[in-house]
Amino acid sequence: MRRFNQIVTDFGWPRIIILIFLVLLFFAAPLVEVSVLASFSDVFNRFGQNAIFVLALVPMIQSGCGLNFGLSLGILAGLLGATLSIQFGLHGAAGFFGAIVLSSPFAVMFGGAYGKLLNKVKGEEMTIAMYVGFASVFFMSIMWLLLPYTAPDMVWGFAGKGLRTTISVENYWIHILNDFLAVKIGDSFSFPTGEVLFVIAAAFCMWLFMRTKTGTAMTAVGSNPDYARAGGIDVDKMRTVSVIVSTFLGAVGIIVYEQSFGFIQLYGAPLAMPFAAIAAILIGGASVNKANMLNVLVGTFLFQGLLTMTPSVINSALKSDLSEVVRIIVSQGIILYALTRKTKVTK
Amino acid sequence: MGQQTPLLSLQNISKDFYGTVVLHDVCFDINPGEIIGLVGENGAGKTTLMRILFGMPVIRETGGYNGKVCLDGQEVNFSSPFDALDAGIGMSHQEFSLIPGFTTTENIVLNRESMKSSFLNDVFGDRMSTLDRADMKKRAQNSISKLGVRLDPDMLISEMPVGHKQFTEIAREINREKTRLLVLDEPTAVLTETEAEVLISALRALAAQGISIIFISHRLHEIIEVADRVVVLRDGVIVKDTPTKGVTVRDIASWMVGRHVATERLDEGVRTFGETILSVKHLWVDQPGETVRDISFSVRKGEIFGIGGLAGQGKLGIPNGIMGLFPGGGDVQLRDKQVRLNEPRLALQMGMAFVSEDRRGVGLLLDETLEWNIAFTAMQIQGKFLKSFGFFKIRDEAAMKKLTEEYMDILHIKCTGPKQQAKELSGGNQQKICLAKAFAIRPDLLFVSEPTRGIDVGAKKLVLDALHKYNREYGMTIIMVSSELEELRSICDRIAIVDEGRIAGTLLPTAELAEFGLLMAGERSAKAEEALSA
Repeated sequence: MRRFNQIVTDFGWPRIIILIFLVLLFFAAPLVEVSVLASFSDVFNRFGQNAIFVLALVPMIQSGCGLNFGLSLGILAGLLGATLSIQFGLHGAAGFFGAIVLSSPFAVMFGGAYGKLLNKVKGEEMTIAMYVGFASVFFMSIMWLLLPYTAPDMVWGFAGKGLRTTISVENYWIHILNDFLAVKIGDSFSFPTGEVLFVIAAAFCMWLFMRTKTGTAMTAVGSNPDYARAGGIDVDKMRTVSVIVSTFLGAVGIIVYEQSFGFIQLYGAPLAMPFAAIAAILIGGASVNKANMLNVLVGTFLFQGLLTMTPSVINSALKSDLSEVVRIIVSQGIILYALTRKTKVTK
Repeated sequence: MGQQTPLLSLQNISKDFYGTVVLHDVCFDINPGEIIGLVGENGAGKTTLMRILFGMPVIRETGGYNGKVCLDGQEVNFSSPFDALDAGIGMSHQEFSLIPGFTTTENIVLNRESMKSSFLNDVFGDRMSTLDRADMKKRAQNSISKLGVRLDPDMLISEMPVGHKQFTEIAREINREKTRLLVLDEPTAVLTETEAEVLISALRALAAQGISIIFISHRLHEIIEVADRVVVLRDGVIVKDTPTKGVTVRDIASWMVGRHVATERLDEGVRTFGETILSVKHLWVDQPGETVRDISFSVRKGEIFGIGGLAGQGKLGIPNGIMGLFPGGGDVQLRDKQVRLNEPRLALQMGMAFVSEDRRGVGLLLDETLEWNIAFTAMQIQGKFLKSFGFFKIRDEAAMKKLTEEYMDILHIKCTGPKQQAKELSGGNQQKICLAKAFAIRPDLLFVSEPTRGIDVGAKKLVLDALHKYNREYGMTIIMVSSELEELRSICDRIAIVDEGRIAGTLLPTAELAEFGLLMAGERSAKAEEALSA
């Protein structure tokens, strides 16, 4: 019993309650004529789509920069990479990995500048980050119109220039990860093996990275910057590195998301994406100062599970279309809950 | 005078913080119009005594005190500083409690402003009264003239020189009609000599009006000049309570620092040292509250060099400056190689290590495990505790664990295991972790700053023994900065005393206590004079 209590405490009551709720939703689904198999398929799919975003938050949390509300910056770098990859006519795996490679210089550049800015506003990172995210999304909204893209699949048909709001990747690299070794049962269930493997590989790389000398220094900077400085660490540099890694993962995240979703969404679409990622990592039990891989994986699964199941079950039960409203209430509610629960660093 | 009831009488005051006795059986009286000079080293219990007198909440929160405080022969027990103010006790703190954006007048009469009533009072009550500025100014001027100084009543506090701020504080205290006892904590610390003289004559004038004063100062000649009686506290016990007449600075100095039981120092005969390992010339360091102005010294290999002095004089700035934690300049050479200041990494790479006085702020990663705390610097600076996987290296947790267990053993660190978080340890054990962190990089030169601050006697001894052992067995050169003279005298080979950002003098640990006391109190000239007259 003692052991059981210990496990429960470690795992955390919020997660247990959410897990129980999620299980109940799965039991309730058949009663309101929601397919359980399709739901499972959805949950895994969305887990794979979103997990990289959540993973992208880890380095900045560890280095003391807080939750990366400015993840949109990385997403924009990813969008640039994705659109360039289509512009250059890259298909299949080459298109997908090409997009990642093409986005990385932008991610490094954006991340570097963003990191410099965050170093000047220590203590207020999260507020500033949110505005950096918003401002850059709107700046890029102008740029999507002005940049000289010419690929017919992407530009507005009538003008021949300016990118469309939604670009299909169907002819390029749709489901490149999802279909890799996918396990299909019937019509409605498909386990996105490639995507999940990609996420696990990325999480493993992050786990290794946090164990290197640099990763250790980064964690120390987040834990106590004065200690790190006295230990000969360049605090600002470590923080910048963490921001760059986070921005890069944001870029990779959006490309993974697009190949699964099937579309590149431009203009205002990246605005709200950081919030879902933040809600997920907080549900996973991370605090503003500490996060690990378990928080990422468990959090993404629970949050996306909740987000998939709650609206569909409630909609079917109420015979109405509230899905978007419910989704927003659930995700924002969780952020609110998680931010009030945040634990402070010991001083 | 004998039958007169003393204004304030402290009877058998004792106080301990979680078992550490800070005051023991303290008794003294103050008569109306008397000035008492209260002196003692840092940590002698002066502040605690004043806190008890003032009914500060911290005293009650830590279990109250024993003994009686009597005012006019009646026992009083203040439950908050407001009660003390109402009873007529005023206090000016070492740190000013003034509102920078308000004028002198506004600060002096703060919360006791003169009011004018208007028709709004009938509707909303007294809170709607307006200020009677003319009367406020008159009252402020009245207190200022009572002090016998010149202050502009309309000047903003933020634009004043520090001396004037000090006077404003005192003027505020005597502005209360009832103030009968004034406690001044280090009022002259921030003043120039002329300002201090003005203040001292002001205090005399106040005393002549029947106000009693408790004057706390480290400047001993001021005590002799202004006080009628001097009370010396040492380790929470009053060691001397005597009229100042006929007392010399030298007497007070030796009462302050002297110990009944001297810490035993092993007589090892003459120790020999190697070549000069560190030479410091004209070092300045801008550490807030511990400014180093111009310090030169050199240390030889294998030596334990002590740096003492009172708080705020700059002794802490020396290691912080050399290790690059606070901006500084000057010429520092380690083994004839120039040390680039303001670069902590280079200082560490050159083979120096630092145990900071700010244990929780700088010394530890409170939220991480002991393994991290001890191995971190060695890993970052020297690349230890990493294992290689082809083209990248990751932490070698097993090696870190082994290292931690080793130090847990050597330094007797009490903990549940190497994975325990640093914040869960007691102060003494945390200090040992800080030492272990420094030892783990095997430095040639180790700075330890206030190694025994805030830890109990047993842990103190272990820490000092560890330093002693590393010095003797591994030839580690140690520069130890401490406020505790006895501690320095027990293990150091030479002790420099820092005063006002400069080295006042360097003494052998066997030198007479009074010598140290004089250097600490900045009385070098007095000493010279005495030497001449003797």
